[in-house]
Amino acid sequence: MLSFLNSSGVILIILSLFSIGAVGALILQKNNNLANWWGNGFAIIGSLVSGLFAANILASSQTLAYKISTSFPGLGLSFNIDRLSAFFILIISLITFVCSVYALGYVKHYYRKYNIGTLGFFYNTFIAGLLLVVMASNALFFLIAWEIMSLTSYFLVVYENINEQNVKAGTLYFIMTHVGTAFIILAFFLLYNTTGSLEFEAMKNGASALSPLLKNIIFVCALIGFGTKAGIIPLHIWLPSAHPAAPSHVSAIMSGVMIKTGIYMFIRMFFDILPNAPLWWGICILIVGSVSSLLGVLYALAEHDLKKLLAYHSIENIGIILLGLGSSLVFLSAGLKTFAMIGLIAALFHTLNHAIFKALLFLGAGSIISQTHTRNIEEYGGLIKLMPATALFFLVGSMAISALPPLNGFFSEWLTFQSLFSGATSFGTLTKLVFVLSAGALAFTGGLAAACFVKAFGVTFLARPRSDEAKHAKESDLSLQIGMGVLAALTLVIGVSAGNVSNMLSGVAGSVHGLAGSEIINIANSNTVHVNNEFAVLSMPALLAILLAALLITYILVKILSGKQKITVGRTWDCGTDLTPRMEITATGFSRSIITVFKNVLKPTRQNEIEYDDANLRYFPKSNSIHLELHDVYQSFFYKPLKNLLIKISDQMRKIQSGNMNAYILYIFIALMGLLLIVAK
Amino acid sequence: MSNLFSKIFSVPKVLVDVESSAGQGNFNEVGEKITSQVKKLFNGSLAIRSVTAGSTNACEQELVALGNAYYDVERFGVHFVASPRHADMHIVSGPVSRNMREALVRTYEATPTPKIIVALGDDAIDGGIFKGSYATLDGVDKVIPVNYQIPGDPPSPQKILEALLAILNDLQLKNKTSK
Amino acid sequence: MYSFIPWLLQLLFIPAFAPLCIGLTRKIKAKFQNRQGASIWQPYLDLWKLFHKDEIISEDASWVFRFAPYLVFGVTLAIGASLPLLSTLTRLPTGDFLGIVYLIALGTFFLALSGVDTGGGFGGFGGSREMLVSSLTEGGLILSLFTLALIAKSTNLFSISAVMLAVPSFAIIPAVLAFISFCISMLAESSRYPFDNPATHLELTMIHEAMILEYSGKRLALMEWAAANKYLIFISLAVNLFYPAGLATTLGLGSLLIAFGALTIKVAVLCAGVATLESSIAKLRIFRLPDLLFTSFIISLIAISIIA
Repeated sequence: MLSFLNSSGVILIILSLFSIGAVGALILQKNNNLANWWGNGFAIIGSLVSGLFAANILASSQTLAYKISTSFPGLGLSFNIDRLSAFFILIISLITFVCSVYALGYVKHYYRKYNIGTLGFFYNTFIAGLLLVVMASNALFFLIAWEIMSLTSYFLVVYENINEQNVKAGTLYFIMTHVGTAFIILAFFLLYNTTGSLEFEAMKNGASALSPLLKNIIFVCALIGFGTKAGIIPLHIWLPSAHPAAPSHVSAIMSGVMIKTGIYMFIRMFFDILPNAPLWWGICILIVGSVSSLLGVLYALAEHDLKKLLAYHSIENIGIILLGLGSSLVFLSAGLKTFAMIGLIAALFHTLNHAIFKALLFLGAGSIISQTHTRNIEEYGGLIKLMPATALFFLVGSMAISALPPLNGFFSEWLTFQSLFSGATSFGTLTKLVFVLSAGALAFTGGLAAACFVKAFGVTFLARPRSDEAKHAKESDLSLQIGMGVLAALTLVIGVSAGNVSNMLSGVAGSVHGLAGSEIINIANSNTVHVNNEFAVLSMPALLAILLAALLITYILVKILSGKQKITVGRTWDCGTDLTPRMEITATGFSRSIITVFKNVLKPTRQNEIEYDDANLRYFPKSNSIHLELHDVYQSFFYKPLKNLLIKISDQMRKIQSGNMNAYILYIFIALMGLLLIVAK
Repeated sequence: MSNLFSKIFSVPKVLVDVESSAGQGNFNEVGEKITSQVKKLFNGSLAIRSVTAGSTNACEQELVALGNAYYDVERFGVHFVASPRHADMHIVSGPVSRNMREALVRTYEATPTPKIIVALGDDAIDGGIFKGSYATLDGVDKVIPVNYQIPGDPPSPQKILEALLAILNDLQLKNKTSK
Repeated sequence: MYSFIPWLLQLLFIPAFAPLCIGLTRKIKAKFQNRQGASIWQPYLDLWKLFHKDEIISEDASWVFRFAPYLVFGVTLAIGASLPLLSTLTRLPTGDFLGIVYLIALGTFFLALSGVDTGGGFGGFGGSREMLVSSLTEGGLILSLFTLALIAKSTNLFSISAVMLAVPSFAIIPAVLAFISFCISMLAESSRYPFDNPATHLELTMIHEAMILEYSGKRLALMEWAAANKYLIFISLAVNLFYPAGLATTLGLGSLLIAFGALTIKVAVLCAGVATLESSIAKLRIFRLPDLLFTSFIISLIAISIIA
């Protein structure tokens, strides 16, 4: 069995499993239950097989290369699965496995409203596209896989097409992802021009012939192109509308995995294919990472749509991953390969962790939304008593994303801090300043993320219900609980065994071309992680043990000190008045103070509408409504001027098409004359 | 400046002397007898919350004066708290207007046992000058069970402090038989 | 490498002496106000009484409300055991300063959640303000400790205090700047002036007190004890990282006793300093607090850039 997993036939098996799942779901669309089980079942089996395949490659540290040539010029279906690809395949398989288990129960909410067959079809094709993207080793094949991924996710975003907002979100997503694809095509084209081949291997070998100017242009194009998919600021505007619009298990995959394909290609391009990155690349990525993380978490604080809040947190965490990546690139450009390894390990670890806890949070949000039929946090409340298991898993996800020990988010942020600290010790003034400011940005981001999740968890689950829908919510089905429970357990397990995971990741990081030659550092032995010559030492199991010991001692202390006291259950202290749901803290109120502190960055707006009984006297208001929003700076300062410029240019171009036949004959004449002149030369 | 810092070590003596007159504290013990368990509990530390139930604020002014440098009730381990959940003793003043009835009951229910209720001033004991009015309920004990009463209209801070100390003494007595 | 007895002493040190520090601070404040004030052992009596009272728990509260005091207190125990209190040798694998900062964040997370849990207005906005202050404090706190880590070339608190025993000359000015920044963070995290008044009754001005308004009995005792622990943790970090004179470098009984005496004196001096500060300035308006916290961040930034 194991040797079978080594062969390239497994790839075909995986792809065919997903294809059967896709086509079968479409055929079975008349029967809801059957389509659901067929589509999700095959997704489960397919992700299991691909997960085992990836684990095998990671364990045996080999690279699998496989190519099918086609008659289409330049297009060879080449797969190259080295440890980096295998790691990303592992993440994809894990998340899609859990989400498919979750979907078995979740999709039941779509029966009789939407077509389950098409959901199964697009879902399976989407996962297949994701896998193909990280396996492809030919630029044209990669672009085909990228398009499959984008198109199927577009259809999934507009799946609930009764809602106008979703269709608009899909359109924005469609446009933005193709803008990104255009830049990617440009980058690959420039590479092809110099190296003469579309294969990644050939590009790797021939890339040293690139002139510095061309390399920089490729860098910028790749940054914009893949950054659009990853969701860096200011190219992120599609993320907060598209991720909430999709069904929740698809949002989990999009947020947890699809945006990571942008990160995968960052690593592929800047560490693998393009050699000798100059210093400013890493600094640029560091700045982009800091800005994305800070702004992402600030926008998340202002949101009270649960899924939009989670989408903004994805932007923040991509920023954190880019901090690790950027510091790694800076070290690479300075030749300090050991430090570069730490940065890359931190980025990869955070990729894994974010996939896990973001998927967990989105699945939790899906359970809540399917029970309460609204995405507005202000209408939740008191759900912890009605949905205790969901609340517990969501709490674990919130703790993980706020980087609280002893869960996995803490360790990857710690490692990112260590790589930023190493940068501050190793460089001169300006670079050192960038590193220290990035560390400061990361520190603020961690604190603000915790604040946001106190708000999200507290307003959603705690206190009293704020609406009738929240009063009648029920616990989610078993498959939903299993999906969330597995991810929650994983956060703890990966957190505690962080040392072993780091060792595995150093193998992955060492496999990229730019870092080849540095010996694979074992940064952890017996669960204690040592970084940078004992600059920092951390042991996650010891942290967990000390916390548990402290809790035990507290419990014993309380038992000794207090005698037999009664506990009565009474009314909340309400100062003698009646407590209405309006008296609880609202999500808007919770974050208003932080938004006011950052008002120059966020630009909150406030609109008052008052209706008076007598419009002349204006003494007694009949109704008063206040509308609080954030001014969309990206639309007004970046995209609208760009759009207006484009339209102006197009208007000018339109003048050519005057409709006058004589003008067209003139054009033909000019073209002929021009051609004759050129050929005659 | 050094005058300011030397105060850390020595404070000019402006305190009123109450220990000697503590035995003359005037208070009435009503309601159920406090059990001996409660008595030992509040030996070193007592948390008081003051509730105004429609009072003229005269008693509050005298009560607040207990915290100043002259009377300094904190040196006996007594401190004022903000929430009934934190309180051991409620000092209620005022004849309990109708509007405050529900609030007073909820305050009483929000306090964890063991608790002590003290009615401060003549108004709180039986309605005082407002007795018989349609707007008041004529005394705290008509609403919640009262344990001690401190008479006076209003009692001066000296009298309140003496009564408080005497109540504390009373709480410390171990051989009080309960009903 | 750690030996058992000093570790056990350290675990019990912080909870044993924290109420004394609170009592001392209150006594000095009272003296400044021309009062006698309660005795310095009063907080112990308060805690003992609270442990023996019954509790009333709101019907809207969930297990988060019941569990949070244990977690908040346990976190302060775990942190207290990992600090260089008496010697530079009893190092624990959790002595990393980032671990300490994020453990504090864990406590604050559950404290804020417990405030929101009962559905009363006070706990809700108390939680909101607490998250505002603590999220902005983290920047200055991490950077000021990082300044020390840069000087000592290690992020382990014990190594930092060992190096600061003999401060290298290039590190004096950065250490002083980092100390100022750390003190601002200390005042913020322990809810002292100018961030919060620990003795206020006005709910609309409370930050930390507002979140514990619903607690009673033994859980209230745990919360107040945990707040006292946090206060002593920050004070002992301030004295033992920035001015660790007297810390034992060997594990002999004599040097440990000297270390204990030195710690007592230093903590008393800093408590007196905090009490003097609280008696001299007024509490700041809440939207002035972020300015102060960003100042702390910038001071640390300057300290880091000065280090060669």
